[in-house]
Amino acid sequence: MDAFVQYTLQGLAAGGFYALAALGLAVIFGALNVVNFAHGAFYMLGAVLTAVLLDVAGIGFWWSLLIVPVVLFGFGILVERVLVRWLLGFDNLYTFLLTFGISLVLVDIIKLRYGVSGLPYEQPAGLGGLLSIGPIQLPVYQLFVFVFSVAVCAGVWLLLAKTRVGMIVRAATEEPDRARALGINVSRWVTPVFGFGVALASLAGVLAAPFRAITATMGSNFIIILFAIVVIGGLGSILGAVVAGFLVGLVEAYGQGYASTFSQILIFILMAVVILVRPAGLFGRRESV
Amino acid sequence: MTRKSSSLVVGGITAAALVLTGCAGGPPAPDGSALSDGKVTIGILNDQSGVYRDLSGPNTRVAVDMAIADYREKYGDEAVATEIEVITSDHQNKPDVANTQAQQMYDRRGADIILDVPTSSAALAVAEVAAAKERLFINVTAATMELTGASCNPYTFHWAYNTEMLAKGAAGVVEDGGESWAIVYPDYAFGQGMNASFTAAVEAAGGEVLESIATPFPNDNFSTFITRAAAQDPDVIGIMAAGGDLINFVKQYNQAGMQESTTLAVGLMFITDIHSLGVDQFSGTTFTDAWYWNYDEQNREFADRFTQLTDTRPTFAHAGNYSAALQYLEAIQRAGTDDADAVIAELEGAELNDLFLRNGVVRSDHSVIHDSYVARVKAADDVEEPWDYEAIIATIPAEDAFSDVNPNCSM
Repeated sequence: MDAFVQYTLQGLAAGGFYALAALGLAVIFGALNVVNFAHGAFYMLGAVLTAVLLDVAGIGFWWSLLIVPVVLFGFGILVERVLVRWLLGFDNLYTFLLTFGISLVLVDIIKLRYGVSGLPYEQPAGLGGLLSIGPIQLPVYQLFVFVFSVAVCAGVWLLLAKTRVGMIVRAATEEPDRARALGINVSRWVTPVFGFGVALASLAGVLAAPFRAITATMGSNFIIILFAIVVIGGLGSILGAVVAGFLVGLVEAYGQGYASTFSQILIFILMAVVILVRPAGLFGRRESV
Repeated sequence: MTRKSSSLVVGGITAAALVLTGCAGGPPAPDGSALSDGKVTIGILNDQSGVYRDLSGPNTRVAVDMAIADYREKYGDEAVATEIEVITSDHQNKPDVANTQAQQMYDRRGADIILDVPTSSAALAVAEVAAAKERLFINVTAATMELTGASCNPYTFHWAYNTEMLAKGAAGVVEDGGESWAIVYPDYAFGQGMNASFTAAVEAAGGEVLESIATPFPNDNFSTFITRAAAQDPDVIGIMAAGGDLINFVKQYNQAGMQESTTLAVGLMFITDIHSLGVDQFSGTTFTDAWYWNYDEQNREFADRFTQLTDTRPTFAHAGNYSAALQYLEAIQRAGTDDADAVIAELEGAELNDLFLRNGVVRSDHSVIHDSYVARVKAADDVEEPWDYEAIIATIPAEDAFSDVNPNCSM
């Protein structure tokens, strides 16, 4: 029983991280109808920039949580203005291929500059050690990632659902023509939303730096799991991404605990079952598929 | 043009080229036909862009070039290998790519030997090609026992290490009091081989393996596996992952506070792994090393030359490739020709010594045994200069470092 509770807590902790990492993917798809395959590369850039900031400028983890998303927000805007926007009107297969190409280029640039074995990063001060609750133990850092991720997910949801800016963004992306007719400058809002999604990816990268290998290819496998999450949750659905993130975290943890070699396959079995039963995903709108 | 006539033309061109190079310069070879196509071509086939790029990759070429320079300096005008060319190729760690690249290197690019070849499955593919083409293959960077076991052949040599040799260091850990083990290994050929070798070594030393846990490969999230291993309350947790997965594991292991209650033993570690994770995360970890750059004056001198050319310290794979290239050229020198069978005759049973091979012997199964080392990662405070990460705590003599001649090998 203790083991089950332990696995559950670890699954939830991992799930929070997955939810945050998948959130930007859902935001960008929901708003721009772009399947952003470069999401894993932006996640990787976030982690690499975190390590470089510490190494070169002595900027620690807490400041990185602020600086890295801001920098990558700017980078995301650049990518949208220079590349993505030209293909927005076409079938989303075009942007899928474009972002896939972008991710290959980014990964190779980082490989050339920093090699393949990765960059060192130390444990942020104050987040080391273990938290014991009876027989259950959880690393403090995992708990921090969980709380932080849940807070960010809730913040993003509030921003989009409850604020005026969120309403304009949703109107501009869901009903662009009607929004234009109401005097909203739609194209002005598309770019920052893309930048925002990229910033969210990089934020997950900052969180990953202390507990995952920081390498050029760290996002290449991760993106597959993230896609499984947004497909399970329903493409473009923010609530779906969060719920599916936790679901995948739990499935993975139980898999690791009870059927270790199947822990990753289980995620994709879950995905296949969801697609069979609900093709639009758990929270997806039918027309978004 | 028909196939027959085109091969005639190619033959003619080759003959003409032979005559030309014969006239072009260099001292006449002892019997006029010492080199198969007028030169010795050394092929390096490894990972130029993927996960093993840093530990072998382009810098292997630097090491091989150093071996060629040393050979030339030693023999000068007496050198049999008057002209030496180095060619490289990327096998992307895929056996099918390795197979076609190896065929191209032997057939079209005239390679007399292929060196390096990390990734066990790719190495086995190249061994097959080498046997079919009857050209040499010296593997340095793959770990599988198969190369000198069921898949052994007269043209393949295994130079640096293998899974059983890596497991020998485990005996030292058991003697130090680490009697009960939990092993975490990635569920593919390398991980399974490592798990078997380590389990055997721990049990032979009087220890006990409480649980072996298979993990998916590749894998980012090890937290539940670590919990499971810890639940057995072992003295030692052995991790058999390599590269990025190893770093994922160690970061999460340290975060779970495991280093206070258990010893971490790493199956296969290159110095580039320590460098990329940071020495403090690995401090106290014990592992078996085939070679360490700062072990003695001879190694250090080699490492300094290497660093001048690359800005990084050599891994044992780099030193192993230097040694393999050097001993290959020495064998050509003794044989007076680069004919594969003649060179193999010189290598078989040879006792070899260089900066990498200490008390090296080429065994009948073509496994090259040599002294190996039990290394412990230093504490951050003990590191005196960049890359000074290891303390060598014991030397394992060659005959103990490797198991007996593999009974599955017949050639």
